[in-house]
Amino acid sequence: MAEKQPAMQQAPENVIEVRGLRTQFGSQVVHQDLDFSVRRGEVMGLVGGSGTGKSVLLRSIIGLIRPAAGEVRIFDRSVTRASGAELREIQRRTGVLFQDGALFSSLSVAQNIEVPLKQHTRLSAALRREIAAVKITLSGLQADAANKLPAQLSGGMRKRAGLARALALDPDILFLDEPTAGLDPIGAARFDELIADLQRALGLTVVMVTHDLDSLHAICDRVSVLIDKRVTVGTIEELMRQPASWIQEYFNGPRGRSAAGARDLRETAGKRRDAGDTRLEES
Amino acid sequence: MAGTQENSASYIEEREGDRLLLRFEGAWTTYGLALADKALRALRLESVREAALDVSGVSQIDTTGAWLIVRTRMALEAAGASVTLSGSTPARDAVFAKVRHEPAPPEAERGNLLTAQVERLGAGTLSALGDARDLLGFLGHTVIVFARVAAQPGRLRVTATIYHMQKSGFDALPIVGLISFLIGVVMAYQGADQLRRFGAEIFTVNLVGIAVLRELGILLTSIIVAGRSGSAFTAQIGTMKVNEEVDALRTIGLDPMEVLVLPRILALVLVLPLLTFYADIMGLLGGAMMAALALDISVVQFVERLREAITPTTFWVGMVKAPVFAFIIAMVGCFEGLQVTSSAESVGMRTTRSVVEAIFLVIVLDALFSIFFSYVGI
Repeated sequence: MAEKQPAMQQAPENVIEVRGLRTQFGSQVVHQDLDFSVRRGEVMGLVGGSGTGKSVLLRSIIGLIRPAAGEVRIFDRSVTRASGAELREIQRRTGVLFQDGALFSSLSVAQNIEVPLKQHTRLSAALRREIAAVKITLSGLQADAANKLPAQLSGGMRKRAGLARALALDPDILFLDEPTAGLDPIGAARFDELIADLQRALGLTVVMVTHDLDSLHAICDRVSVLIDKRVTVGTIEELMRQPASWIQEYFNGPRGRSAAGARDLRETAGKRRDAGDTRLEES
Repeated sequence: MAGTQENSASYIEEREGDRLLLRFEGAWTTYGLALADKALRALRLESVREAALDVSGVSQIDTTGAWLIVRTRMALEAAGASVTLSGSTPARDAVFAKVRHEPAPPEAERGNLLTAQVERLGAGTLSALGDARDLLGFLGHTVIVFARVAAQPGRLRVTATIYHMQKSGFDALPIVGLISFLIGVVMAYQGADQLRRFGAEIFTVNLVGIAVLRELGILLTSIIVAGRSGSAFTAQIGTMKVNEEVDALRTIGLDPMEVLVLPRILALVLVLPLLTFYADIMGLLGGAMMAALALDISVVQFVERLREAITPTTFWVGMVKAPVFAFIIAMVGCFEGLQVTSSAESVGMRTTRSVVEAIFLVIVLDALFSIFFSYVGI
């Protein structure tokens, strides 16, 4: 929904619950006894070294991969044991942005956004077209992008178009797979802002897989780290106190420190901007 | 939540002179808006001077619901009314502020049907001519690369060539053999059926022998190989193109023509005659089997009759076409592969085109060969 119900705002309720998850490909175990939960209305970052199974976890949650054991629940309904109708109900309340947008290459951007609308609603063609235009503006694209084919768009624009399609049905939960990968720093910062902005305005719950330390500092409420086939959760400050060497290296390494510094700088710059100084400088 | 309250978005319309009051109620979410959308579109806007929109009765709202309300507001304002919105919360105001959009430019005009068809025809002709020119250019390029490698045989990629010989030649043996055998069977059976009426069953052997050796063996093999290997060449090179591997080759100083194109063309030129020979044998075997089963012409008789019916020329007329067809199929396959642009879709499109073009060219060339042979009297 676009806004949280008052009753639901009181206790942070878990919209995603993963219990005892085990994923394996052949004899290679990717996750073992993994527990993971996301609260309503938060932005959860998912990090981990290459090959620790971040994308695999995301795919398990949205039901693209069947886990070998354990259970995934979204809105208190089991994804692993859902019937076709239940799964469709879950699907229309979640939106997914794949790494490179995953736009259908034979359809224009507007048609791409209309695909989920056609599949799940009985709205008139005129209204669908208007909704597509609204989502295109919402995701920060120019109006004339509507009739373009994915091949005619730049990488950043494809991601925005993918985001517009993910938002087509006004989902409660938005899954993002490396939303800023492959974008230049300015484009990545803008995309972060866009997601934070939409998350606030529409009351979204966001789960994002990322490598981008700046994104983590800029928009994530909590961060989950995949280590040793399991997840460690906390705010960045909490995680920095964790002894695990990978976490220490990740957040306290040179890049982690500079990203944290950038965030502090941004905050002071933001305050300055509020005080009338309009120039926002990136370190 | 969403979806459980279908069609529950509604509004109450109150009019008082030139004042309009719209009270929105229920869940204004994507799934239940079809009716409200229709009703709001039909709303009479003329003669409204003042309008009040009350959203305090709305239990839930998402961007689509908000868009309908904002659209109504914009329509009222465009009709010259002053509009007030009441009953909103700051969270909802944020949503209302988000859903404005610039009108998308309309899709390109189609024009009338006739001109559109003429335009299509013209564009198709131009692109076909352009392709023919590019293909001719590619032929020239290929010949130059062949000449260069012939001058410096050390540059030939032997491993790649042998790999493609195995893939396009050896691995095609089962399918080529099976199809040729069956065609031999069919030819013998159908031929015998017709020739029996004249009491000339024995000429079935002539029919099968000449048809298989001169035309069917080579033509069928070429068509199978175009579908199997020509398409594979396009898909392989096309995927490498999408992946920027072709550009990577260039930056390392390797010529894609030498590394990718030459081994494939050479391999096919070497194996297609062998495959054709094999197809000829299998076709004759099929014919012989059918003759023995259905016509009581023993295999020994079949072979004796065949020796009278055909000459080495019959065999060579079919065989001489093989390297030419192989060159065409492989060249078209590689050419279309290199024409692939950055999208995955174009790989599929080019692969289809490569097969269609290769088969088309093979059949056209076969017709030209026939004319040529009859001209020189073979």
